[in-house]
Amino acid sequence: MSEWWTYRAEDFLLFSPRVYWRMFELHNAALWPLHLLTLAAGLIIILLVAWRPGTWGRWLALILAIHWIFVGWSFLWHRYATINWAAAYVAPAFAVEGMLLLTLSLFDGLAFGRRGLAAWTGYLILAFALAGQPLLAPLQGRGWASSEVFGIAPDPTVIATLGVLLLARGKLLPVLLPIPVLWCLLSGITLSTMGEPQAWAPYAALALAAAAWTWTIIHRRGSPPSA
Amino acid sequence: MRTTRRTFVQAALAATAATALLPISLHAQAGSPARRPIPSTREAIPVVGLGTWITFNVGDDPVLRDECAGVMAAFFEAGGRMIDSSPMYGSSQPVIGYGLQKLGRPSALFSAEKVWTSSAAAGPPQIEQSRRFWGVPKFDLVQVHNLLAWKAHLQTLFQMKAAGAVRYVGITTSEGRRHDLLEQIMRNEPIDFAQFSYNVVDREAEARLLPLASERGIAVIINRPFRQGELTHRLKREPLPEWAAELGVSSWAQLILKFVLSHPAVTVAIPATTRVDHVRENLSAAAGPLPDPAMRQRISAHVKAL
Repeated sequence: MSEWWTYRAEDFLLFSPRVYWRMFELHNAALWPLHLLTLAAGLIIILLVAWRPGTWGRWLALILAIHWIFVGWSFLWHRYATINWAAAYVAPAFAVEGMLLLTLSLFDGLAFGRRGLAAWTGYLILAFALAGQPLLAPLQGRGWASSEVFGIAPDPTVIATLGVLLLARGKLLPVLLPIPVLWCLLSGITLSTMGEPQAWAPYAALALAAAAWTWTIIHRRGSPPSA
Repeated sequence: MRTTRRTFVQAALAATAATALLPISLHAQAGSPARRPIPSTREAIPVVGLGTWITFNVGDDPVLRDECAGVMAAFFEAGGRMIDSSPMYGSSQPVIGYGLQKLGRPSALFSAEKVWTSSAAAGPPQIEQSRRFWGVPKFDLVQVHNLLAWKAHLQTLFQMKAAGAVRYVGITTSEGRRHDLLEQIMRNEPIDFAQFSYNVVDREAEARLLPLASERGIAVIINRPFRQGELTHRLKREPLPEWAAELGVSSWAQLILKFVLSHPAVTVAIPATTRVDHVRENLSAAAGPLPDPAMRQRISAHVKAL
């Protein structure tokens, strides 16, 4: 692309806010009442992390894997790609994240039971993704019909995954981070380019997660080595 | 028959003089938009077309598809002809096809499409896919979008034109980018149309591109006449100057569209809209008198001062 410095984010925005939010309305209407199932799955994730972290780690990864693959296929590939051709290139990334989670699930690659600031931040982000994000549409006057729900829409699914990853431990954890981080940035840029105040949601989730991870790393380095 | 440079320059000078001396409505039937000739064939087309960037990218949404069809219906009803799109514009092409089918395939349509791929080999299949989306037997105009792989695509388009698969060939850019290359192509290639951005505040095209189009006998399509809505959004807070009544306008959109249309080298401007009232307002701007050079300066200075 020549004269690339003359391009602004607005130049890559192919649709209007009205079309964007109506896309969620149509998607919700097409999938209802699947939302109840995905929200229940999200609740199960929280309960398992809190009460049975050791035994059920692989099942948490499996639940998330299914949600990533489903959202990539149903929303990005079949819905979003009709108004944004770039979404067709992002959908496979959701499938890749789903396969990574699936692999970790098969090999028990994620362990839970983290405590401290990172854990509480993880719970906070997870709770926002499940209960807070769906409220943003009615709070901004768009009504419940265009709510973004975990397991149905990408933002709450990705943000919830950031929360779960904050609560997890494991050598392969860094492999799972790039795609959620890049999606939060992409979604934040899209929303802010449309002039939507809701852009703060993916940005804030990302900033909180980054701060918690940084604090954890600093804290770990400052701690005396265990015997 | 292709118009020679000499005959076109003579015609353009005559048109310029006529524009300065006479209200353009005298050239048009009452209430219908004014027409300008495409220099290479002298075929006359209405000076206001319909852009589809963002506005027609509504995906599979049945409500919004019907709204777009309503905009198209109002456009044809008000005398419009040229609809412009691109494979880059998301679902705009199938949405146009939906509207055309719903409206019974209006014979007035002047279809303006683009080829937008870096691969020379992918050009013809992309044009064919676009044609299927529109549901037209062939396109009136196919342009190389944003100068992407322009050499290869222009050769394809010239061959298609020679074979009768497309009537006109063009090239596009937007927002003032790559004017040097566009100028080089306009000088050296036998294109029928050039499309670029021009409006009351972005006037770089007046220096070289617009005079060159007149000299070379190239029709000009103007995109972003409202700077993608930014100008009309900003100006709606300001009162319309009283002297604008001399041009018979009732809105800022009409005034700044008339500014664009009053340049004699401009053939068609293609504002995009999602609203039926706006499409009617745009086309009515092409039906009344246009500003003369002094009035053009006045409009430009006034908008710049706001």
